[in-house]
Amino acid sequence: MTANGLLQITLYFVVLLLLAKPLGIYMAAVYENRPVFLKRIVATLEVGFYRLSGVKPEQEMRWSEYAAALLWFNLFGGLAVFALQMLQAYLPLNPQQLGNVTVDSAFNTAVSFATNTNWQGYGGETTMSYLTQMLGLSVQNFVSAATGMAVLIAMIRGFQRTHADGIGNFWADLTRGILYILLPLSFVLALMLVGQGVVQTFKPYPTVPLVEQGRADNAVLSAIDELSVSGNEDQVLTQTLAVGPAASQIAIKQLGTNGGGFFNANSAHPFENPTPLSNFLEMLAILLIPAALCHTFGTMVGDPRQGWAILAAMTLVLLSLLFITAGLEQGGNPALAALGVEQSVSADQSGGNMEGKETRFGIVNSAIWATATTAASNGSVNSMHDSYTPLGGLIPMWLIQLGEVIFGGVGSGLYGMLIFALIAVFVAGLMIGRTPEYLGKKIEAFEIKMAAIVILIPAFFILGGTALTVMVEAGKTAVANPGAHGFSEILYAFSSAAGNNGSAFAGLSANSPFYNIALAVTMLAGRYGIIIPVLAIAGSLAAKKTVPTTVGTLPTHTPLFVMLLIGTVILVGALTFVPALALGPVVEHLIMSTVP
Amino acid sequence: MIKHIKPALLMLLFFTVLTGIVYPLAVTLFAQTLFPNQANGSLLGSDDQPLGSELIGQAFTRSEYFWGRPSATSPAPYNGGASSGSNQGPINPALTDAVQARIKALRDADPGHSEAVPVDLVTASASGLDPHISPAAAAYQVSRVALARHMPVDSVHELVDCYTEARQWGVLGEPRVNVLKLNLALDQRLK
Repeated sequence: MTANGLLQITLYFVVLLLLAKPLGIYMAAVYENRPVFLKRIVATLEVGFYRLSGVKPEQEMRWSEYAAALLWFNLFGGLAVFALQMLQAYLPLNPQQLGNVTVDSAFNTAVSFATNTNWQGYGGETTMSYLTQMLGLSVQNFVSAATGMAVLIAMIRGFQRTHADGIGNFWADLTRGILYILLPLSFVLALMLVGQGVVQTFKPYPTVPLVEQGRADNAVLSAIDELSVSGNEDQVLTQTLAVGPAASQIAIKQLGTNGGGFFNANSAHPFENPTPLSNFLEMLAILLIPAALCHTFGTMVGDPRQGWAILAAMTLVLLSLLFITAGLEQGGNPALAALGVEQSVSADQSGGNMEGKETRFGIVNSAIWATATTAASNGSVNSMHDSYTPLGGLIPMWLIQLGEVIFGGVGSGLYGMLIFALIAVFVAGLMIGRTPEYLGKKIEAFEIKMAAIVILIPAFFILGGTALTVMVEAGKTAVANPGAHGFSEILYAFSSAAGNNGSAFAGLSANSPFYNIALAVTMLAGRYGIIIPVLAIAGSLAAKKTVPTTVGTLPTHTPLFVMLLIGTVILVGALTFVPALALGPVVEHLIMSTVP
Repeated sequence: MIKHIKPALLMLLFFTVLTGIVYPLAVTLFAQTLFPNQANGSLLGSDDQPLGSELIGQAFTRSEYFWGRPSATSPAPYNGGASSGSNQGPINPALTDAVQARIKALRDADPGHSEAVPVDLVTASASGLDPHISPAAAAYQVSRVALARHMPVDSVHELVDCYTEARQWGVLGEPRVNVLKLNLALDQRLK
């Protein structure tokens, strides 16, 4: 690690943690409907939305009602995205005259964006019209993020309340999350990104002449081309540049841990992420709200130390894994070293494993992004994870498999982490023979059963889905890389879907009916199979009395508890997935390091 | 449970209008006013005679030009309409074959240059559109370009230095050379 690399990593985490606290406190005020400065501008709109939809924001919902409202809303949202894709050829704002999307791909994409996954089986610039991107995908970026945040707030209310029936009003939580948090932040970020060079236009794709017109006449030099050109021997004289209303969508896809790129190459595309500064802003946006929500949690339960403890656990895990990935990628690819390729770092090059990475980001910014985007369930990429070194790529995959709780998705990361906190106090309770308590609530059989479901569902779909896929022909033919790496591609795909992450070992040709349907089912299970038990826990906790703290209570804000929490997350993640990881990345690493 | 259907539909409608129409239009309006060049793709040259985008690389294969990163887009490299990486795994034989051929092409174009090749010059970028190479990759090509253009090596070096961008604010990202701008400057087509 170079001094500059350390400096960039330090700068990133310092700025992130500095911004997280004020935003977290602000979000607590928003969700508790206390006065905030945006109220003067937004309140009229907010009240108008409630009135026109016939919603009473102060009306409390039981957990089952909250879940029902959420499910209806997400169902209709998914159907709207599906319909837009099936009809886009007949609708306006389609300057490239892109055709309708196939049924299975449209279904997969609708599920993917409604569940905050943003898995993309398609290439944005060659598949989706401007209208579909805006009215379908962008809208779901906002509402699916706000849905996750709403569920978290409902769960926090479970801890706050005593002998209560309700856990809040879904419509109010949804509306406030969008109007006061996601929309203003996105607007500001979008404009900052355009300033750096992210495109934002409704014009058709411009065409420019190539500087070196035509193909090389030198036969030797054209050898370099033939590697990547398949078939097309026509002279290439011009370049078409895909553009579009990208910045507005990119801002929310980063902030809402959505991750769905406007372009196929996602934030590796120079129009999606043109400069190191745009990269820094987009990376901040990945973790900003998940980190800030820890403070929202601490503020709302009346003990900021509880939020700090969770944030500390998340940061420690992410930092350690980031350094491992950065080190492995900087180490380069031994297969290329043997060919006479200079991979060492110097003042003039970042060196390392540069296949699938961009020059302006180099190794350090690719590694920060890869670990941040998989720790959070964001799933956007600025480098191609498929081309990482075997163990360098294992880390992002494992971060997803840990349950997307290291920061995690907006809302979903923290409610997942709170489930692990329940497990941690339960395990500690077993060790010392006391009834476990968390934040004054007794954790009993019902909560632990629900928490077990939350942990088992993703594991079942990841491992079961991968096992099924490697047994069927339709699963195996999609693999791009031979050997163990092909297995990793499949394992990564199901991990990404179950964790609602959306990133990929993108060599996998997953735009087939088999993958579109299998992964859509996995995404649905990974989203609602967790939201429903979490809301059930929220309802159960809200109804309980609060027990007073005594000397026998395990404090949950101490370094000891932070370690206990990290241990629980790592142990569950390791025990569940190490055997599968051994078959993919580990085998590949052993092959890579033994072949001279 | 049924009573939630109506607010669900209406809320979806309102948020679709707000975040799907009003928001992108407002961003476009501000973007086109404040940053018209960036918002439309950072095109170089004039409106009627664009020279390419500052942010999107182009394929260069002739000796007299600096070459950019290998590109895995299809059907041709640097296809600005369909970005893509190679997605080749580290021990995929296709990757080593490709790198070997790229090294050979570099060596054949500049016989006698036997130093190790900077890694970014022989590995495909993530987007397939990377506009930059590392300063090391530019330095590696100076002798070839100078020979092909009958220019003194020093003046090519100077031009490379001219188009080398440092880390943003001295900290962020990596030093890099914009290949398209450098080549346009070699052709004296850049103001």
